[in-house]
Amino acid sequence: MSTSCPPIRFTVNGEHCAVQVSPMKRLLDVLREDLHLTGTKEGCGEGECGSCSVRMNGELVNSCLVPVLQAEGAIVQTVEGLATDGALHPLQKAFLACGGAQCGICTPGMLMAAAQLLDINPHPTMGEIREGLAGNLCRCTGFMRIFESVVAAAADESADEEKQAAHAR
Amino acid sequence: MRGNADVCEMIAPGNLAATLELIATAPGEWTPIAGGTELMVAHAAGRLGAKKLVSLWGIPELRFVKTASESIAIGAGTTFRDLRAHEGIAADFPLLAKASSWIGSIANQSRATLGGNLVNGSPAADSSPALLVYDAEIELVSVRGSRRIGYSAFHTGYKKCAMAPDELLYAIHLPLRFARHRQYLRKVGTRRAMAISKTALAAVALIENNTISEVRVAAASLAAFPVRLYQVEAALLGQAIDAQTIRSARAALVAEAKPIDDIRSTAEYRRQVAANLLEEFLVECGSEGSRQ
Repeated sequence: MSTSCPPIRFTVNGEHCAVQVSPMKRLLDVLREDLHLTGTKEGCGEGECGSCSVRMNGELVNSCLVPVLQAEGAIVQTVEGLATDGALHPLQKAFLACGGAQCGICTPGMLMAAAQLLDINPHPTMGEIREGLAGNLCRCTGFMRIFESVVAAAADESADEEKQAAHAR
Repeated sequence: MRGNADVCEMIAPGNLAATLELIATAPGEWTPIAGGTELMVAHAAGRLGAKKLVSLWGIPELRFVKTASESIAIGAGTTFRDLRAHEGIAADFPLLAKASSWIGSIANQSRATLGGNLVNGSPAADSSPALLVYDAEIELVSVRGSRRIGYSAFHTGYKKCAMAPDELLYAIHLPLRFARHRQYLRKVGTRRAMAISKTALAAVALIENNTISEVRVAAASLAAFPVRLYQVEAALLGQAIDAQTIRSARAALVAEAKPIDDIRSTAEYRRQVAANLLEEFLVECGSEGSRQ
């Protein structure tokens, strides 16, 4: 039946995509199988672990629970879209510097949840970081280093902002 | 066994009128799906019986919060993120704002809708106890027109609601009259995020001249669906808050609750904890100056 469906169009990391798949196919599977963006991982497949977190129209979502038809016309960002022009995102740098990744399965989801948090709240408290990442499970139990990475990234971004402000003056 | 997306049909009419027309042509045949936080889990596990789905996601007429002079109307497609971000909800219905902040995680809250939470009919539904104590009304819509029923009459059995197969949940109406009430909501689960309630208790009470002049108490996971605790309310109404009142209200709750043993908890634990929550509320009401 998938061949009879009209293509479903949306934007991923700034690029237009059209996929001809079942409308019930999970966004997670479309990203990995049809668009070959394998940075997004499947953990539980039921919205409990956050490994498949991506951003859709500016909101954090579990891509395992999004039927792709509901992404029609959406702007999707995956972990592959965090780095710009070959330069790592401040969160990616901080995760590297602070040892925020061990096995790496939860890392893309952690990064996306943290990016969402810092976009809304650039200077989160530790409590707000814990809440922002509460839907993302790490089974290496590296939570403290992950939280410290987010703290470091927020500090790094504010340092950048201050430098830019100083230049502007 | 994984669900097979290729055997499922899904359409997205994109507006309310076209959606109602579609479900009216074959009542019961099309299963509405909003944010998918329930049905996609069932689908992934191969437990989703429905093979024809109609998407309610992105229908603008279903996603709104409208404030009038005496009530506030919340569209069924409003997400819990929307509810958390709404200042009027936070100010006038703090228990609903609190419940919205508990539902799953941020990623679930940005997709899960208030209407979906109610229609799903889980006994543990996070938003239900708050809506029951706020005396919510449910507005249902179909090609035949719209009708309203009290939310306390909406759930009729385990995962059963008072809806016809051609109806959709359109809005939830909450009366703006709780500014002077003491308000309480507490959920007990295994952790703060992502946990399904072992039990949860909500209450509002108006205390005048040291006496409870109005009270509503509701709970999750104490029966086959979210319930008002009418016997508890009867034990409290017209009483002063003292040790005797607390004892009789606890006894009424233990008698009225019909919890079960399941993977999350036991009936006995649920009864005891719910009675403790009720006592906590009453003690808070009794201590001067405490609010919420």
